Amino acid sequence: MTYAINTKGYYGEFGGAFIPEMLYPNVEYLRNNYLDIINEEGFQKEFRSLLKDYVGRPSPLYFAKRLSAQYKTNIFLKREDLNHTGAHKINNTIGQILLAQRIGKKRIIAETGAGQHGVATATVCALMGIECIVYMGEIDIKRQAPNVARMRMLGAKVVPAKSGSKTLKDATNEAIRDWINHPEETHYIIGSVVGPHPYPDMVAIFQSVISEEMQWQLKEQIGSPNPDMIIACVGGGSNAAGAYFHYLDNTDVRLVAVEAAGLGVDTGESAATSVLGTKGIIHGSRTLLMQTPDGQIVEPYSISAGLDYPGIGPMHAHLIDSGRAEAVSITDKEALDAAFHLTRIEGIIPALETAHAFAALDKIKFSEKDNIVINLSGRGDKDLETYIKYLDQQ
Amino acid sequence: MNRLDRLFQQKQKDILNIYFTAGYPNLEDTEPIILQLEKSGADLIEIGMPYSDPLADGPTIQESGQVALKNGMTLDILFRQISDVRKKSDIPLVLMGYFNQVMQYGEARFFDKCAEVGIDGLILPDLPMDVYEQDYQRMISDPDNNRDLRISFLITPQTSEERIRKTDELSTGFVYMVSRAAITGAKSDIEQQQIDYFNRVNDMKLQSPRLIGFGISSHDTFSTACQYANGAIIGSAFIKALAKGEIKDTVDEFVNMILGNVPTN
Ligand SMILES: Cc1ncc(COP(=O)(O)O)c(C=O)c1O
Repeated sequence: MTYAINTKGYYGEFGGAFIPEMLYPNVEYLRNNYLDIINEEGFQKEFRSLLKDYVGRPSPLYFAKRLSAQYKTNIFLKREDLNHTGAHKINNTIGQILLAQRIGKKRIIAETGAGQHGVATATVCALMGIECIVYMGEIDIKRQAPNVARMRMLGAKVVPAKSGSKTLKDATNEAIRDWINHPEETHYIIGSVVGPHPYPDMVAIFQSVISEEMQWQLKEQIGSPNPDMIIACVGGGSNAAGAYFHYLDNTDVRLVAVEAAGLGVDTGESAATSVLGTKGIIHGSRTLLMQTPDGQIVEPYSISAGLDYPGIGPMHAHLIDSGRAEAVSITDKEALDAAFHLTRIEGIIPALETAHAFAALDKIKFSEKDNIVINLSGRGDKDLETYIKYLDQQ
Repeated sequence: MNRLDRLFQQKQKDILNIYFTAGYPNLEDTEPIILQLEKSGADLIEIGMPYSDPLADGPTIQESGQVALKNGMTLDILFRQISDVRKKSDIPLVLMGYFNQVMQYGEARFFDKCAEVGIDGLILPDLPMDVYEQDYQRMISDPDNNRDLRISFLITPQTSEERIRKTDELSTGFVYMVSRAAITGAKSDIEQQQIDYFNRVNDMKLQSPRLIGFGISSHDTFSTACQYANGAIIGSAFIKALAKGEIKDTVDEFVNMILGNVPTN
């Protein structure tokens, strides 16, 4: 059994490209060419060199001594928060901007939730001198204001998405509509392992540098490339996909996917797709999503803009559906408490999304000799207002 | 006989296909809209199943869908309404929606229900042709199950010749020619570039009837589109008109405006 994508663009029964004909030529072109482009020597050279000298990779794998002592186990943090722009998102945007250049696209669009993908996209567009338009839900524009300011400073146009729940799902809808309206000159840089094939695989490949580094870093530090467990938060699932990638078929390594429960999975205000979702189609992909019996997509809720999405990528749908990955749901409050805990015990302020992964430590079983890697997907600068408000309420 | 087949046998030119979102402006407007469209001279009606996340649709159809869902529209209600209106009308009816709606209803159950209530065809823009061929082609037209549905696939100015041929082969209703690279409701005149595309497709001598849609909103754009295809499809412009007043008069006025007639109602 393999958990990798098959030649038709599916992970098990999940994936595919359920898109209107207007998107077909662009998506089909990508499907036919993405692997050749990415694997080409010149591409790899440029990609690797930018990851090293511009992003600052490899990101450290840090043994969190005090956190480990407290949980009586061995916890390593994969420091994606130390990347340029502050999250894993830039691994993907570097790859995709190089791809966009090679296929001759002159205009970049992106969706963003927390604004980290928007910032990472605006950054690579500034780097390459390419026009950049970022769609962002109206609610997210308010709750992630520092990232909106960064995108504007970087020269991107931030367009509010005003439909539906005014969050990530709706920003994605608007980006897709933009692409339908501007098919010739535009490349759509999707920010997670979602959307029609080949996007989930393409984004996972660019993010796979995370687990690639983990392998040799663990070898150096513990003598084996394999941890016992990898924990990552899942919005669409790109940081998790990157952290799992080289371990997907190594079933000795437990994979833990942490979703946002919002106010609680039973409250109607949640984004815990693996608990509340059923099989269906969202943003061109057959996957798990939150929907009514009539197939209407349900508006999700999470305090964390990057996890406030009613679906998960098809890779994760397959991993969870098949039992390969365990899903854990974490409430807003548990995530906030975990963010403060990590900050006070290790001196690292995580992004709200990432804080969900840390809260999972209280929900899962592990042993004293286990080596656990938590993917520290991003830093919390963008969430300071939320954190301080919480602190003042305590 | 399937009513779409009958229509295309009887009429090859100036076919007027009107789209509306079921449940808009009010939940029970489906029947009066269909009856008046037929009376006023529409040839074919496309009923939109309102959807929460219609990727290919512009603001007008998005908003009509939101209103319809707020009004409580569901597929079961819509099927009941269509079954009722079928007792009074014999106009060809096509259901248009997103594939997730069909999946959740259950594909076989959905096709059965369509056949039972008197739906003639389907338009599912995000159902890929290869998935259709593999999983659904045999299901939608299946005499053993009393199903005799037609399906229409879309082409755009960017669709390759090879793929247009494939669309023609698989479409059993008509080929839906999207007039430009755009979501629905982008209002504008028909430009030379589009006419070149219409001519290019014309020269391919497809076997299926062709209807042009997206951005058709006036007598002029309708007439122009009809010069290059068997007819045209109007959606957003009709939905905008519906917001204005009482159904009967509004629908009659709109259809006559498009056909260039003096109102008859
Ligand atoms: C720091 C951080 N982690 C995680 C996510 C969630 O996205 P994904 O599940 O694709 O990693 C985001 C999204 O904005 C983010 O900014």
